[in-house]
Amino acid sequence: MSGILSSSIGRKFAMAISAFFLIVFLLQHFVINILSVFNPTVFNQVSHFMGTFWLVQYILQPILILGVIFHFVMGFVLEIKNNKSREIKYVKNYGNANSSWMSRNMIWSGLVILSFMILHFIDFWIPEINTKYIVGDMSGMHNGEFRYYTELVEKFHNPLRVGAYCLAFVFLALHLLHGFNSAFQSIGANNKYTKGINSFSKLYAIGIPLGFIFIALFHHLKQTL
Amino acid sequence: MNLTLKIWRQKNANDKGKMVDYQVSDISPDMSFLEMLDVLNNELIEKGDSPVAFDHDCREGICGMCSLYINGEAHGPGRKITTCQLHMRMFKDDDTIYIEPFRAKAFPVIKDLVIDRSAFDRVQYAGGFISVNTSGNTQDANSIPISKHAADEAMDAATCIGCGACVATCKNSSAMLFVGAKVSQYALLPQGKVEATDRVLNMIHQMDAEGFGNCTNTGACEIECPKGISLENIARMNREYLKASLKG
Repeated sequence: MSGILSSSIGRKFAMAISAFFLIVFLLQHFVINILSVFNPTVFNQVSHFMGTFWLVQYILQPILILGVIFHFVMGFVLEIKNNKSREIKYVKNYGNANSSWMSRNMIWSGLVILSFMILHFIDFWIPEINTKYIVGDMSGMHNGEFRYYTELVEKFHNPLRVGAYCLAFVFLALHLLHGFNSAFQSIGANNKYTKGINSFSKLYAIGIPLGFIFIALFHHLKQTL
Repeated sequence: MNLTLKIWRQKNANDKGKMVDYQVSDISPDMSFLEMLDVLNNELIEKGDSPVAFDHDCREGICGMCSLYINGEAHGPGRKITTCQLHMRMFKDDDTIYIEPFRAKAFPVIKDLVIDRSAFDRVQYAGGFISVNTSGNTQDANSIPISKHAADEAMDAATCIGCGACVATCKNSSAMLFVGAKVSQYALLPQGKVEATDRVLNMIHQMDAEGFGNCTNTGACEIECPKGISLENIARMNREYLKASLKG
């Protein structure tokens, strides 16, 4: 078991496990966010619960952050190693003949998602941590009501930010279109269920980012129309 | 057919190398790609130039010696064929054809289009075998029952000819299709199970030591493999490796 992470297969396995973890998190994030469209009151209540419950805040949140960092760092490590494995590149290489654009450009779609996450952290996570743990206000209240829905709606006022969010989710879809079923292959799950797994992962890869785009556009258009 | 060839020329392993343009004319569409290169080499020899060095042996798609990255694809534009099985009818008159050696850090160029694929041999030496007593007492072939399904899958994996197209075509120069096939052909059979743990650990260790990249599941290797080796073999190798790692 020792040294599994130093092998090529071990690193891919770890990459796949962190990917599955982030995929589950993304679904949970989407389920909470879509509540903002259908029921702002429930969205506020769930947001407050997630923002104050000790298990989420002190155990799941650090695991999530570690998972995100691990996935990105390991992605870069693998990319650097892979680049070194072909020092002289081909003069002519016809990649489209045998593989999808998504599969060949995971590092670029990943970098766009990383850039988006920096914006997302500045928009939501850092102010949230500041309010709760620096200022010390755990009430979740502002002017006598929960602040979560109001803050969310405010962020989607600027069309440039909405555009950046939508673009990032397009890249997330591209990343997931290859990454989701690729993670199954990395853990060795290529069997009679593969066809079903591929269909499900494609559905997820398109459906969830599309849902996030819908949420951003919904709140933007609701304010501007 | 009249063609423009852009061919990688490199005097030796230490030479920097460059693409050189050649014109060939009156090429028959029924020639194989290697025969077309033979025509070019005859012309070069007659002119007193150095012929283009390229690997070839059986010329019937079995030995895996012919390599070549043709117009951006391993073994050229055909599917499930080696370069010796690629015919000039796949190209058009006045085409420009790029011919490069298979590129990978683990496959250094020896001269022109000839590469050193001994890294594959070393991976095989590390575990791609079963230890049996060959001093006599031949066992009856039917003494160990093997299901038809397992036998077929093992045979499919064993059709790998070790040509290196998977490495050449992979954007990461990963050898996992090759190693996956070699691991699978034994893992699927009872005779191979005895040394399964050591085999997969040693072969993967050697594969990494040779400098091959990681698999990112683009699937390009499966498409370009002249023998149609399936990605299922990589998944099986991954399972075997994880199982072996847990065992110790």
